[in-house]
Amino acid sequence: MKFEQRKDLLGIKELQREEIDQILDTAVPMKDIIKRDIKKVPTLRGKAMVTIFYENSTRTRTSFELAGKYLSADTTNLAVSTSSVQKGESLKDTIRTIEMMGFDLMIMRHSMTGTPHYVARNTSMRVINAGDGANEHPTQALLDMYSIREKKGRLDGLKVAILGDILHSRVARSNIYGLSKYGCEVRVVGPSTLIPPGMEKMGVKAYYSLDEALNGVDVINVLRVQRERQEIGYFPSLDEYSDLYMLRTEHLLRAKDDVMILHPGPMNRGVEISSEVADGIQSAINEQVTNGVAIRMALLYMMMGGAKDEIAN
Amino acid sequence: MRLLIKSGQVIDPVNGINEVMDLLVEDGKIIAVENKIESKEAVVIDATGKYVCPGFIDMHVHLREPGFEYKEDINSGSRAAAAGGFTTICCMPNTNPVIDNAAVASFVRDRGRRTGLVNVRPIGAITKKQAGCELAPVAEMVTAGCVAISDDGKPVVRGDIMRNALEYAKMFGLPVLAHCEDPQITRDGQMHEGYFSTYFGMKGIPAAAEEVMVARDIILARLTGGRLHVCHVSTIGALDMIAKAKKEGLAVTCEVTPHHLALTDEIVGSYDTDTKVSPPLRSAEHVVALRKALADGVIDCIATDHAPHELEAKDCEYNLAANGISGLETAIAVVMDKLVNTGELDLEQMVRAFTSTPADILGLPCGELSPGTPADITIIDPELVKTVDPEAFYSLGKNTPFKGMELKGWPVMTIVGGKIVAQAGRVIED
Repeated sequence: MKFEQRKDLLGIKELQREEIDQILDTAVPMKDIIKRDIKKVPTLRGKAMVTIFYENSTRTRTSFELAGKYLSADTTNLAVSTSSVQKGESLKDTIRTIEMMGFDLMIMRHSMTGTPHYVARNTSMRVINAGDGANEHPTQALLDMYSIREKKGRLDGLKVAILGDILHSRVARSNIYGLSKYGCEVRVVGPSTLIPPGMEKMGVKAYYSLDEALNGVDVINVLRVQRERQEIGYFPSLDEYSDLYMLRTEHLLRAKDDVMILHPGPMNRGVEISSEVADGIQSAINEQVTNGVAIRMALLYMMMGGAKDEIAN
Repeated sequence: MRLLIKSGQVIDPVNGINEVMDLLVEDGKIIAVENKIESKEAVVIDATGKYVCPGFIDMHVHLREPGFEYKEDINSGSRAAAAGGFTTICCMPNTNPVIDNAAVASFVRDRGRRTGLVNVRPIGAITKKQAGCELAPVAEMVTAGCVAISDDGKPVVRGDIMRNALEYAKMFGLPVLAHCEDPQITRDGQMHEGYFSTYFGMKGIPAAAEEVMVARDIILARLTGGRLHVCHVSTIGALDMIAKAKKEGLAVTCEVTPHHLALTDEIVGSYDTDTKVSPPLRSAEHVVALRKALADGVIDCIATDHAPHELEAKDCEYNLAANGISGLETAIAVVMDKLVNTGELDLEQMVRAFTSTPADILGLPCGELSPGTPADITIIDPELVKTVDPEAFYSLGKNTPFKGMELKGWPVMTIVGGKIVAQAGRVIED
């Protein structure tokens, strides 16, 4: 299957490896465009896209908007707090209204799992999931995989540890689904209350000890820890969390010499990651941001550049 | 009027009958069940190749009236029941106002009578307004025709209230129908917690949320000697405790729904809100255990937990969608197709689980084909194959995860008090 034949990008789960390769390959020339002095190509002139985020985000939304602009698409962002959501309009009606304005593609983030899927079923616009609940964040996983492939030259067979709140993390899930397609050994590590059931069945090994989990890994993907998790009682305090799970320089000795550090941002320095690690030579955290724009350019290009009659679901 | 049902396979577990026989009905009562009956003035129904059973009873439905008539009303729910092969339905009190007094109970009973299709028996609330704080007036609700008490939809969180409910209901011989769920463990869970909740990125509801309260209620049943009936049981742990309680001789019974017997949590991955129900669809190992427990008699009866909703309550984000499945018009076919046809459930046992057992639990004067009893009869065609089409439902609730599914074994005639109220899945209008 070719990625262009899909109407929507809802998750990594349903993608085939060839499709992921295709997206990552397309992102390579896109990254070159970002590095140019004149960052604009006319590819998507006359196409319109809208971002609609029912959950706060600065970087993902900006990244999508900029990706669209670099490709000359018209980009709009629907500010949810000021929109009719506050007036009790149903999501379906909101989407229909947006569709009738003539947008080709919608980028949606929602706190509730499955909402982009529901929207995609109810609109002819193409939909990119920019994060739904604790389910998927496909563009984040794609940019993580792009970053890894760029640095390591491959994805196949790498050992990747994902560190933090796995239970609530869509970044973790999308990474697990993606990396598993390349035969990576994926490990998750975090407090037992934040590791969901069924990891083993997913082919993922779960650890509670950071030292054990990092043994011989090629990549460490550090997740953001949210303060409110403590309030609901998943762990006693951020201090205790940091004592047990903050990634520090000494932990890196356990990993491969050329271990690579990723973080989807925004970071809580001194909580889940120390500044030395975040700013160290192993860190690819800044590069991830640029790669994010490249990946999103690739997706917009692939999803809005093709002729309409090629589109199937 | 006389009705003669000829040459059907009569299945009447109470009287130990399971063979081809004729059945004669007159003046709303069963007159005779014999090998060969001739009657000149009777209307003859040829039941060759069909199962002739006592009228099916659904002891757990939500008719939504009064208060939520946009979801269902007693008329539409009764029609759904008749079309679905049920002759008696017992409706839960989570209406507005709540059925927590004789006036509302009488209203429901009366509306059911006037609809004139199936027997509608109200279930009274355990607590006033189902608020979980004060007992509702049981005696007056019994006088008004309530057959049990329940706060279904809401667990009785306070242990002292549940204790008193079991103790007090005992005086009237009433079972307490318990919706067992610890809301603090459920919290904002959307589906069964396990591999698939992780895989689909949904907040999980562990089996323990149900089991914790089943444990408490069984312990309270032991303390009080009251009659506990666990609604819509769905987990292995709950079944184990219920089996143990029964062995101990406690007055504990339970029901299971067709959807918990037929579906697993894997289908939630479609994010189709029709799969959202409380308790949630469980994982395969629980489903296997439920089927086995039904066959072993640990589960006493099958009830639909018919929970109709208007389109808007389901056509939305999964988290915001209402819980519930519109079940009256698919129940028999689902159980026939998924359990009886596959040989997992004995036919007689299936009939018992839909007839005499719920009748016993609730003390209803039906559930058998003995001469002299009301002529409530359900006839099933085991060979009939149909595709579930919610748009053709009589229920206002079109919310079913069985939509589009092809099922074999459907009710083809429903007779209530000697009157044919539905035939071939369609209600017979007066």
